[in-house]
Amino acid sequence: MISKSLVIIGGGPAGLAAAIAAYDAGERDILVLERDCVLGGILNQCIHNGFGLHTFKEELTGPEYSARYVRKVEERKIEAKLDTMVIDLSNDRIVTAINETDGLFRIAAKAVILAMGCRERPRGALNIPGARPAGIFSAGTAQRFVNIEGYMPGREIVILGSGDIGLIMARRLTLEGAKVRMVCEIMPYSGGLKRNIVQCLDDYDIPLRLSHTVTKIHGKDRVEGVSVAAVDDNRMPIAGTEEFVSCDTLLLSVGLIPENELTRKAGVAINPKTQGAIVDESLETTIPGIFAAGNVLHVHDLVDHVSTEAELAGKNAVRFIRGLDKGSSAVAIETGFGVRYTVPSRVHPAAATAITTIRFRTDNVYRDSYLSVLLDDERVQHLKKRILTPGEMEEVLIPAKWLLTRPGLKKITILVEKE
Amino acid sequence: MKIPRGIAADTADLVRPKEIAMHDIIIIGAGVIGASVARALSAYEAKTIVLEKNHDVCEETSKANSGIVHAGYDAHPGTNKAKYNLRGSRMMAAFCHEHQIPYRNNGSLVLAFAEEDLPKLEALRAQGTQNGVAGLRILTAEEAKRLEPNLNSEVRGALLAPTGGIVDPFELTIAQAEIAAVNGVEFSFDTLVSGIHPIPDGYRVSTDRGVYEAKIVVNCAGVRADELNNMVSSRKLSITPRKGEYCLFDKQVGTLVDHTIFQLPTQFGKGVLVTPTAEGNLLIGPTAFDIDDKNDVSTTAEGLAEVVKKAKQSVVSVPTGFVITAFAGLRATEKGGDFVIGEAPDAKGFYNAAGIESPGLTSAPAIGDDLAVQITEALHVSLKSAPLCKRPPVVRFESMSFDDKAAAIRRDPAFGKIVCRCELVTAAEILDAIRRPLGATTIDGIKRRSRAGSGRCQGGFCSPRVMHLLATECGLDPRDIAKYDQHSTLLVGFDKDDL
Ligand SMILES: Cc1cc2nc3c(=O)[nH]c(=O)nc-3n(C[C@H](O)[C@H](O)[C@H](O)COP(=O)(O)OP(=O)(O)OC[C@H]3O[C@@H](n4cnc5c(N)ncnc54)[C@H](O)[C@@H]3O)c2cc1C
Ligand SMILES: Cc1cc2nc3c(=O)[nH]c(=O)nc-3n(C[C@H](O)[C@H](O)[C@H](O)COP(=O)(O)OP(=O)(O)OC[C@H]3O[C@@H](n4cnc5c(N)ncnc54)[C@H](O)[C@@H]3O)c2cc1C
Repeated sequence: MISKSLVIIGGGPAGLAAAIAAYDAGERDILVLERDCVLGGILNQCIHNGFGLHTFKEELTGPEYSARYVRKVEERKIEAKLDTMVIDLSNDRIVTAINETDGLFRIAAKAVILAMGCRERPRGALNIPGARPAGIFSAGTAQRFVNIEGYMPGREIVILGSGDIGLIMARRLTLEGAKVRMVCEIMPYSGGLKRNIVQCLDDYDIPLRLSHTVTKIHGKDRVEGVSVAAVDDNRMPIAGTEEFVSCDTLLLSVGLIPENELTRKAGVAINPKTQGAIVDESLETTIPGIFAAGNVLHVHDLVDHVSTEAELAGKNAVRFIRGLDKGSSAVAIETGFGVRYTVPSRVHPAAATAITTIRFRTDNVYRDSYLSVLLDDERVQHLKKRILTPGEMEEVLIPAKWLLTRPGLKKITILVEKE
Repeated sequence: MKIPRGIAADTADLVRPKEIAMHDIIIIGAGVIGASVARALSAYEAKTIVLEKNHDVCEETSKANSGIVHAGYDAHPGTNKAKYNLRGSRMMAAFCHEHQIPYRNNGSLVLAFAEEDLPKLEALRAQGTQNGVAGLRILTAEEAKRLEPNLNSEVRGALLAPTGGIVDPFELTIAQAEIAAVNGVEFSFDTLVSGIHPIPDGYRVSTDRGVYEAKIVVNCAGVRADELNNMVSSRKLSITPRKGEYCLFDKQVGTLVDHTIFQLPTQFGKGVLVTPTAEGNLLIGPTAFDIDDKNDVSTTAEGLAEVVKKAKQSVVSVPTGFVITAFAGLRATEKGGDFVIGEAPDAKGFYNAAGIESPGLTSAPAIGDDLAVQITEALHVSLKSAPLCKRPPVVRFESMSFDDKAAAIRRDPAFGKIVCRCELVTAAEILDAIRRPLGATTIDGIKRRSRAGSGRCQGGFCSPRVMHLLATECGLDPRDIAKYDQHSTLLVGFDKDDL
């Protein structure tokens, strides 16, 4: 068995940023394991621009953004094994991986960072009735076909789900010569970024049908069309509103799920809301020495946040390897009205950095309301927000002094208030 | 799709009637029944061919069912269903072991939810015992809950059938077809039988790929077996497709129950069950709706809702958030209510395996054996002197030990390349699925042979990768790779083709 100080599972933006941060914090014995044949993760197929506005103040394409991190990894000569899939992780941080040249091997790691990204929700998750012909793709699979392989998955397309990948694919497919008939969204609001709705749909006159869903798939060998219906407040199709839309392809962009098979195998506790690990302010999971960052922790819309989050995990993994004690008492971070989840979900005051960033999503669209923070029952933040939507990740910043000046603090609550 | 398939690919000139392909036996249909008959006949000195209208074996009912090896208490004593169910159930464990078919003897429970239904359980037990089912026992609610802690607390009692089991229906079909193929049975796919005419000493079978003649025709055409029978026999059969819809769940919740959980049967069938599958998923279904269209395997909103509702009667905690796919299959319900097996009384040499609804999967190996005996006696052909060749071994990377995995990669580095992340299927296994006898040529064919694409992401990750392996291995353009036949190609062209 090989030994390593730090093993990073996944060489996407999260894994790369974590590796660089760990190196810069002084750790040299790092190994990145990536199952694809290149580093960069999902960004390799995101050839549109819009990445890196926060970090680099420029609009980069996905491959350009990841190339900057890959270069830093190479400059630091951090070891990365490609075409290598991790197939098991134990609670004592033994990583089992496999590739064609090394075969099957085990690594004993002092610390592990989970950076496996996320996967798309399949059709079954929606249970759309109808036939099961060719021509039903998840948006990400279609994106890979079009952007990496150069193949078109269809000519006339309906997209179900207005998450960012669906929106981006509406534009991409249009530019490549397909006719995108419409994007249907079962919710009354889009799950994607506002800028993507404008730049990917409005600019190409692609209709966005909010509160609509696909109720049936037609076609024997190849998709011939879908039935689309309006839905009521309970998201149930309204009788009589059904209409047939002819198409040869249905793209599903119905959500992403963190890829946590390994996390579960290791016995890490999972937050049912995010389907990602439960972590503290250092992004350490419930198993000591196993950290998580990026889409495997919770699904992000902006890669910039993925990178900063992963840097934190990288630094903290090094602190763990060096034996830093976080202290025993932790303050719980609780979700109040309107808040679906928070990452992290607890913080150790003794170990907190000057600012602890708490990322979260709301459970609905809230207009002209307030984002509040309570320390136990005391309201310490009350910020006016014109709009809060589940499609955009929010954050609050907790200064260390809030924590340190209140010994005995039990919980921090994040909530949305009408006034 | 230009994939050559079976033997008829290079005998396209068969269409000219003067070159009629002569065989001893023609089997129509390559579902589990046709495959079982072919497997059993391949032990004999006879020239046999299977004609199948689809592009692969196991494309219809045999791929869309519950996969239960029924214990045999459902069928009325004295019927063909009872007879073959018992025989099939008794031979299944050894048969599956011998041929590397996933099978597990998990036992079945039939639940009663009202005191007044308890006598029905008792009647079922008595019927089963009369059929010869071993070990049937009535359990109290507490005993049942002890066996299956997730059962609904409304349960009042249960019938336990310890001999019940679960089998992988794809492998049960594919394995038998492979055995037949390696022992000399020919297969012609994409071959739709459109007519059967008696000729002296046999039948002439017309298809869209030429004319075939044989002394014996075996009708294993599933929901269409009535149409074929009615071409030659005045004893008309009438098959109504009875649709059954299912939801299949992620393996993460595959251990919600261990036994197969039935409810008391109704006039339409065995009701909605909750069961683990032989591959470790959780399965709920089926519904039972009579329909008109023998091609209609679409699922419906009502059907899926009913499946969930009824499954929750048995196991309240059925985790609907973990559904990975839904599907439907068609039972070949014959108006006589029983399997029609054997030579048609007024059509010498024409054998039926018709009306094979449930428990057809369970019964298949036994039906195959029995028909092979009847047919070869009539043909006066004997068993081959050499024993049957085995099919090539099936290697499943995921279920190997650490050391075996390591050794496999040293032997063949393609085992070091994971193609399907959900089911941990390696490139070596995909290539094997393509290179096996009657090997896969489509995405679905790969899926059923290797499980690549049958996991929680349903091919989202592996389908582009599988497509490239298929294209390279078969010397095809990726644009020609299809889901299951020439009309179901995945891609429509290159980027910007239509600009
Ligand atoms: C389609 C799409 C469009 C997007 N558009 C934008 C945008 O316009 N602007 C923006 O800022 N952000 C965008 N994002 C978000 C951003 O790209 C992601 O948040 C970011 O890529 C996540 O990084 P990650 O490292 O967590 O995951 P990933 O990029 O998914 O990387 C995870 C890596 O882990 C590897 N891996 C997984 N499991 C294993 C294993 N068992 N063994 C070895 N390796 C493994 C994977 O192969 C992958 O390379 C988009 C995301 C998607 C999916
Ligand atoms: C909902 C449901 C649940 C079931 N559950 C179980 C169970 O749990 N246990 C059990 O034991 N049984 C079960 N069964 C029954 C079992 O699935 C069937 O009995 C069995 O699969 C029938 O196999 P087959 O070969 O007769 O039919 P099929 O698999 O349908 O095969 C018939 C083949 O004939 C071909 N064919 C038809 N017409 C022509 C033609 N003109 N020319 C060329 N080829 C033709 C078709 O293409 C097809 O491939 C279930 C069935 C259903 C529908």
